[in-house]
Amino acid sequence: MAAVQTSGERALNRLAIVAVLVITMIFLAPIYWIVATSFKPRNLATTIPPTVVFTPEISPFVKLMTKRSQLREQPTPEEYAAAPWWERMVFDGGEKVVRDGKDQVQWSAYPSRFLNSLIIAVTSTVLAVGMGTFTAYGFSRFKVKGEGDLLFFILSTRMLPPVVVAIPMFLMYRIVGLTDTHIGLIILYTAFNLSFSVWLMKGFIDEIPKEYEEAALVDGYTRMQAFFKIVLPEAATGIAATAVFCFITAWNEYAFALMMTNRRAQTAPPFIPSQVGSGLPDWTVIAAGTFLFLLPVAFFTFLLRNHLLRGMSFGAIRK
Amino acid sequence: MTQIELRGVQKWFGAVQVIKDLNLTIADNEFIVLLGQSGCGKTTTLRAVAGLETIDEGDILIDGKPVQHLKASDRDIAMVFQSFSLYPHMSVYENIAFPLRATRISKAQVDAAVREIARVLRITDLLAKKPSALSGGDMQRVAIGRALVRRPKAMLMDEPIGALDAKLREEMRAEIKRLHVKQGSTTIYVTHDQIEAMSLADRIVIMHEGVLQQVGTPEEVYRQPANLFVAQFVGSPVMNVADTTVSEQAGQVSVAVGGAEKGFAFPGELLARLNGHAGGGLKLGIRPEGVLVAREATDGFLPVEAQIIEPLGSFDIVDLKVGGEVLRARTKSGFVARAGEKVFARVDPAQAHFFDTASGKSLGVAL
Repeated sequence: MAAVQTSGERALNRLAIVAVLVITMIFLAPIYWIVATSFKPRNLATTIPPTVVFTPEISPFVKLMTKRSQLREQPTPEEYAAAPWWERMVFDGGEKVVRDGKDQVQWSAYPSRFLNSLIIAVTSTVLAVGMGTFTAYGFSRFKVKGEGDLLFFILSTRMLPPVVVAIPMFLMYRIVGLTDTHIGLIILYTAFNLSFSVWLMKGFIDEIPKEYEEAALVDGYTRMQAFFKIVLPEAATGIAATAVFCFITAWNEYAFALMMTNRRAQTAPPFIPSQVGSGLPDWTVIAAGTFLFLLPVAFFTFLLRNHLLRGMSFGAIRK
Repeated sequence: MTQIELRGVQKWFGAVQVIKDLNLTIADNEFIVLLGQSGCGKTTTLRAVAGLETIDEGDILIDGKPVQHLKASDRDIAMVFQSFSLYPHMSVYENIAFPLRATRISKAQVDAAVREIARVLRITDLLAKKPSALSGGDMQRVAIGRALVRRPKAMLMDEPIGALDAKLREEMRAEIKRLHVKQGSTTIYVTHDQIEAMSLADRIVIMHEGVLQQVGTPEEVYRQPANLFVAQFVGSPVMNVADTTVSEQAGQVSVAVGGAEKGFAFPGELLARLNGHAGGGLKLGIRPEGVLVAREATDGFLPVEAQIIEPLGSFDIVDLKVGGEVLRARTKSGFVARAGEKVFARVDPAQAHFFDTASGKSLGVAL
C-alpha cells in the first residue's frame, strides 16, 4: 500500500470516521437510556425534557430484587432507624419490603426468572451447537444421499415466523405436559437454533482441510479420535461464533416464552414487561431488570470476542 | 522388512475408472516413484495403499497380508501430504509426538523418539514453535519427522515437495534421498515432476489415465521407453517424435522425417528389426542429444535450417526444420550462431526409437 494519501482521500477518511461515530451513537443511545434510567430516582425517570444530569442511586435494583407493598402509614423514626440502608431506600419510595412470618425478606420473582433464562439459554446453546457440529461434520466429510435437499429441509425449519407455529406448539406441549417446564423451552430453543448451527458449522468445517484428519487417520487414530483431537480444536472459532448467536437467540426469545411459560419456567423476557402492568409502572425498576438482563450476553460476547472477529470474516480470506 | 503388492487393483469414481487393473510389487526398502500427469490415478493409488480410499476390485497386500479391508489406522503406514498437513494448533513437538500418542508407549519413550528424529532432521531448535511460524522447508522436515517417528512399515509421500520453490525443492530432494539411505524404509513417492522421479527412484512407475505404462529403473525408462507416452513424459527437453517412413535404395536404408525427400542414413539391419512395420504408421523418436549437428557438410548429414535457438547456459536447444517437422537438437552453447543459419544434421541410429503410430508402443528397435 502506498503511504501517500491525497487530500481527497484524507477528507473521505475523516468523513467515514464521522459517519461511523454517528452510527455508533445512534446504536448506543437506547443502551445508554436503559442504563441511565436504571440508576435514576423514580421521579426523574419520566420527566420531559429528559433528565440527563442526576445523582445515580441503586434503589431501582433493590426494588427489583425484593417483594414490596404500598406503605399505608409512614414508618416510625425508630422503624426507619432500625432498617438496613437498602430498606430505607424502599421506605423513601413510599413502599415497604414484604417479610414472611419468620421476618425473612421476600425476594421478588426476578432472580428466579433470571436463573431460568440462564439455565434454558445455556443448555439449549450447548445442545444446539453440539448436535449442529456433529451434523455439520457428517455433511461436510461424507457423501450423504440427497445432501442438498436435507440441508434445505433443515434450513426450512427456520423459514416460518415462530409466532405462526406458536399456537400449535402450545397445544402439543399442553398434551405432553411440557408447558411451563425448563425442558420444554430447552427442546424448543434447541430445535430452533439447530438449523442455524448446522449451516454455520458446515461452513466452518468445510474450511478445515480434510488432510488434517487424513493425517491423523494414517497416524493411527480412529475417525472419532481425529474429530475430537483435530477437527474440534480447529473449529473452535466457528463453535464460539455459533454459540454466541445461539445464546443470544435463546436468551432474547420472547414469543414462545410468553406463551409456553407463566411461573416455574418463565424466563426474564416475558417477566420484565409483565411488571409494567401492576399498578403505576416504575420504569426505573424495569430498566434495572433490563440492564441486568443485558449483562450475560455482553459478557459472553466479550469473552469470545477474538474468536468472533475471526468468525465473522470466515470465508473472506483464502487459506 | 516390508513388501507391498498390488494385485489387479481397480477403482472407479462414479462412471470414471481412475485405476485400471494395476499390478505392482514393491520390494523391501525400495524407493518407488509413481510418476504421471495430474489425474492419472497416481495419488488415488497412493491413498488406496494408505487406506484413505477404498478400492473396488483387487488386493493390496502388505507383507503378504491383504489390507484392503483394514482401516488406515490399522495399516501401520505413514504418509506425508503435499500440503504438509501439520496440525496448526499443536507445536512442532506435539505434531511429531502425535502418532506416538496413539500407541501405548510411555511419555519418556515418546520424548526420546521425538528428540531423536528432530536431531536426524536438524529441527531440534524448532520443537517449541507452531507450524505457522515455520518456513516451507522446515514444515516439510516436520511432516517427514511426524511420518518417520514411529518407524512405520512403509512411507507414502504425495508430492511432498511440490509446494516448495525451485531451490528449496532441490535441497529437499537431496535430503529425502539422504534420509532414505540412512533410515531405509519401503517408500512410495508420488510426483508429476520427472526430474524428481529420476533423481530419487530405485524404480519409476509411470501411469497415464489410470493405466500403468512402464515400470523400470530411471535408466530403463529413459533409455528404453515402452511407448510414446513414456518417451515424451520422461526426459527434458522432450524427446522429438515425428512421422517417418523407412525406405531402401541400392542397399542403403534411409529414414525420412516429415515427408522430406532425403532421409537419414541408418544401418541395414533396421529393416529386419522393424519386422514389417516399415511400410507406414511409424514414428521416429529421438532425444535432442541424439540429433547431431555439424556446421559444414559432412558425410551422412542432411542440410537443414536452424529456426529457433534457446540458450540454456550449459547447452543450447536448436530447432531444426526437417521436411514438415521440427527436430530439436542439443548442441554446445553457441554452436549455431543465429536463427536462420543453414547447418547439417544427422540422427544417431543408436539413440533412435521407433513406435507404432496406432498403438503408440515401442517396437523395441535397438541398433
